[in-house]
Amino acid sequence: MAHMTPTPVLDPSQDQTMVLNMGPQHPSTHGVLRLLLEVDGETIVRIMPDIGYLHTGIEKTCEAKFYQQVVPMTDRIDYLCPMTNNLAYCLAVEKLLGMEIPPRGQWLRVLLNELTRINSHLVWLGTHAMDIGAMTVFLYCFREREDVLRLFEAVSGQRMMTSYFRIGGVALEPPLGWFDRVKKFLARFPGNIDEYENLLTNNPIFVNRLKGVAYLSAEDAVALCATGPTLRASGVDVDLRRDLPYTGYENFQFKVPTSTVGDVYARYLVRVAELRESQKICTQALEGMPEGPSKADAPKVVLPDREKMKTQMEALIYHFKIVTEGFTVPEGEVYMPIESPRGEMGYYVVSDGTAKPYRVHMRSPSFANLQSLRTMCEGRLIADVVAAIGSIDIVLGDCDR
Amino acid sequence: MALEPAITDMEQLKSRAEVAALLAWNASAVTEAKLDRDQLIVWLDRTALRDACLVLKNDPQLQYNALADVTCVDWYPREPRFEVVYQLFSTTKKKYLRLKVRLSGVDANIDSLTPIWPGANFFEREVFDLFGVRFDEHPNLVRIMMPEDWEGHPLRKDYPVEGYR
Repeated sequence: MAHMTPTPVLDPSQDQTMVLNMGPQHPSTHGVLRLLLEVDGETIVRIMPDIGYLHTGIEKTCEAKFYQQVVPMTDRIDYLCPMTNNLAYCLAVEKLLGMEIPPRGQWLRVLLNELTRINSHLVWLGTHAMDIGAMTVFLYCFREREDVLRLFEAVSGQRMMTSYFRIGGVALEPPLGWFDRVKKFLARFPGNIDEYENLLTNNPIFVNRLKGVAYLSAEDAVALCATGPTLRASGVDVDLRRDLPYTGYENFQFKVPTSTVGDVYARYLVRVAELRESQKICTQALEGMPEGPSKADAPKVVLPDREKMKTQMEALIYHFKIVTEGFTVPEGEVYMPIESPRGEMGYYVVSDGTAKPYRVHMRSPSFANLQSLRTMCEGRLIADVVAAIGSIDIVLGDCDR
Repeated sequence: MALEPAITDMEQLKSRAEVAALLAWNASAVTEAKLDRDQLIVWLDRTALRDACLVLKNDPQLQYNALADVTCVDWYPREPRFEVVYQLFSTTKKKYLRLKVRLSGVDANIDSLTPIWPGANFFEREVFDLFGVRFDEHPNLVRIMMPEDWEGHPLRKDYPVEGYR
């Protein structure tokens, strides 16, 4: 941070531009993003993002932990979609181990992963609309988000830092009655989306602030490493859930919303359509939830159930061994990309055959998407920057790691 | 699902279009290749990286038109200690390819990929910041995560996890 001290690009004798500092404490930068805007009147000449304020060195910390101890670290990267991060990491380690997860575990993961997407998109929609000036939507979105967080709390004991997915499956079976609660929520949710859309989609103020703003062409989006809804709204049809299915996504029917318009409004429409698709995936997951174990049968990797650990000598030994010594992972390396609410979330895990990862690298979508801000905003007005930041749905924890 | 042993035999890997295309372009540029857990890894000579990426990008059969990630692994105290890792992605064929370049700790610099993918900018700055690998022709190679007056490169293996006291 603080290394992007702006250097004047124009001849100082002309004295036409000034540098405006936006953030890191600014309500519409969604965290601690600092932007240096070189402006000519109201028009942006140059935009320089300055990040690193939330850098906590998670990648370095991971190298000093056992494989299973890394899972809670991954929650804290992207605090709006903890389960997606858990999933990407667990899938990477499971691939390194060559481990297969039973169907019920996979379907639970899909269900919770899509609830996480709903959670994340609701926060995005609420804050994005509030940036534009629509206060009510924020309150509506957080009302539904609260329901999702309660579901997370019931299943994992935590509202945000869930750490619910473990290497080899999920931590626990969901409690009694949990599936009915999810069902009730899902039955109600399409009506809620209609409610948000009634307030925004045809609202002239909202549409005028968004349409034609922060355009990103398909070529630019690919060249600038944009991912997720930002990429799909520019007309590049990539969704890893469909293209490279993981954790059983091949069993689900869903559409991948795209748009060729490439402006902020297109990104808004794509994400709202994704909310509806996520609701459908969740419903399918609930209806087809298989019976059986939710954890892999791998006693040397997966912690035994509490009940077994208290009554069986062997389970107690495994429990003790995993907790104190961890488990070794065969040498190798894996890059595991999955589709997070913000785009391609990739975990690159290198194992040297010991119980601690040699290297864990997170390829975070916010970090990649931030680069397209320059192309989106230069030559436009300052007010459009706020709309553009909202539209790439940036999470600074994810960006800085 | 038991783990299958990794394939490192170049003759066997020639059946993969990526390896075949790179070998046909410049056989001396490819130093090693490996198929491990269904993921293809190709080691390249340091001078060949940028041209190899152009070959992979422009080949009509492959179309690796996007860069997904750039990172680095430090194998200290082994030499060459750095391995810069590139994940290429094809948005049309929906495939990943991993390219790797080994660099010694003495002159850890490599061509930047920003002329091909402007989006490589932040990724390369991150690797520079945390590993100290320099990228030639990078438009703005300065620290991105750590403060600008920070000493050392935290993700190197000879850098203690809890920092210097």
